[in-house]
Amino acid sequence: MTALRLLLRDRVAAFGGLIVLFALVVAIFAPWIAPYPDDAFESHIMQRLRPPSAEFPFGTDNLGRDILSRVILGTRNALLVAVAVVVAAMAIGVPIGLAAGWREGWLSETLMRVTDVFLAVPQLILALALGQLIAPGIGAAMVALALTYWPFFARTVFAETRRLRSALFVDALAGIGASPTRILLLHVLPNAAPAVLVRATIGMGFTILTAAILGFLGVGAAPPSPDWGLAVSEARQHLPEAWWFPTFPGLAILLLVLGFNLLGDGLRDAADPRLRRSRR
Amino acid sequence: MSTPVLQVDGLAVHLRGEGGLARILDDVALTVPRGGTLGVVGESGCGKSTLLRAILGILPRGAETPSGAILFEGRDILSDDGASARGRIGFVPQDPYLSLNPVFRAGDQILEIMRRHAPGSRRDHRDRLIELFRAVQLPDPEGALRKYPHQFSGGQRQRLLIAAALSCDPALVVADEPTTALDVTTQREILALLRALVADRGLSLLFVTHDFGVLAAICADVAVLYAGRVAEAGPTRAVLDAPRHPYTRMLLACHPDRATDLAGIPGTVPAATAQPQGCRFHPRCPIVQPGCAAQAPPMVALGAGRGVACPWHEVALA
Repeated sequence: MTALRLLLRDRVAAFGGLIVLFALVVAIFAPWIAPYPDDAFESHIMQRLRPPSAEFPFGTDNLGRDILSRVILGTRNALLVAVAVVVAAMAIGVPIGLAAGWREGWLSETLMRVTDVFLAVPQLILALALGQLIAPGIGAAMVALALTYWPFFARTVFAETRRLRSALFVDALAGIGASPTRILLLHVLPNAAPAVLVRATIGMGFTILTAAILGFLGVGAAPPSPDWGLAVSEARQHLPEAWWFPTFPGLAILLLVLGFNLLGDGLRDAADPRLRRSRR
Repeated sequence: MSTPVLQVDGLAVHLRGEGGLARILDDVALTVPRGGTLGVVGESGCGKSTLLRAILGILPRGAETPSGAILFEGRDILSDDGASARGRIGFVPQDPYLSLNPVFRAGDQILEIMRRHAPGSRRDHRDRLIELFRAVQLPDPEGALRKYPHQFSGGQRQRLLIAAALSCDPALVVADEPTTALDVTTQREILALLRALVADRGLSLLFVTHDFGVLAAICADVAVLYAGRVAEAGPTRAVLDAPRHPYTRMLLACHPDRATDLAGIPGTVPAATAQPQGCRFHPRCPIVQPGCAAQAPPMVALGAGRGVACPWHEVALA
């Protein structure tokens, strides 16, 4: 558990971790924390676009909904999307990386070239295309994000598997009759775990940002979902008068993405002994 | 005479690969007597590592052993029912860096081998390992159990692996150039340690190296390997003082400490997929005779345990 201690000693990373933890707590208890939990879907035209006040700390939006409540309620969506996308991407990328790294020849070549093709497709473009193809919505956005993020896991795991494939401890395992599946899952994958974990953490932040962009462009979450990106998009028509309308959802995006990135950087430093030494 | 610890007889190892069939080892015969130390020397690519891998049962995928036998304490370990005897062969690898899995504690990995091959309880194994760590002069033997491989230095890691090789009370220790990855001073310490351990515990040793200096320091006997065949074998002193095979003679003349001017051997070791017919050294041999390309020369016994695979071993080099 030295890695955890190192992470906590790294103040910037600990700060990132704190943000993520805070977001997690907010997401779990959102309906109880939000001052007006029903504002996710209800509208109150009479109190639209009120500036921040004691009653509405972040102000109200174009339909008179409490922005603080909607930012809180949106946390759950943002995290769910991020976790689902990253888990799906790992579920695709990790086995492909292991298989391609272990085998030689056409199978490995095919898998890695396919990986390269997916790596070459710009995330946003694919997401937009898929959004048009399927019904625009958060589902299509998630599929598109998962489809464009798995190559990073495949590459990371591939590199580690290739490095260790000819290691003596792997030969020894094969020599006493361990199956390739066993060797890969129990002995090789743990070596790649820190790199995968770092990738996943940074991927969370990245996914939240991209999902917000998709929401902003109208191919992500659909109204009246309390999506942060969507809120920023809806706010455009009311600028610059209702400055509070895009600012607070925008700040939420900024803060959570920052949190994941700082945590990811810290994890990388803690997981990589070489970087660790250079920093101290 | 008791049965030798290890007897390799007419061993051939072929590897089917992209370049066709590679005959990596051909008709290799070696003997390690009980308590003996045999060194196998040769240039890179002569089949040293393949020989070790065949003994340890970790030949690469696609490799086969069409003929020959490896008798360990009288049992053929190439056969299915003899393979289990390998538990009493200890192995010291060449590269101490990736021989242990970086994500598990070094001690746990060695204890796992012991649980498989050595009798006794977990407590016994632990005590025995700490004792071995002390024997290989690893600092802080108790603390070493809890460390990960990367927390040891290169020399320490090699000591750790020597302890691992000794952990299951082996009859034979097989070492693959265990000092090449280390700096000279560490190399010296490790060799001294290995020599002391072999002498104290009455172990037999098969030591693979390309360094005649290391060989002379540790091995009583030597077998010189060229392109997958034994060129010359015998007591180390005798072979080094008066080499008979043209290859050994030229190889020793290349050694910077001995050579008056650096001669070198023209040509290169043939690729394993394109071995020449007959004597595999004949294309590079300065005293090549008309018959050399026709058939592989048999081992000529020279007395005093020496043998040379060259009928022209008395001809002076040009």
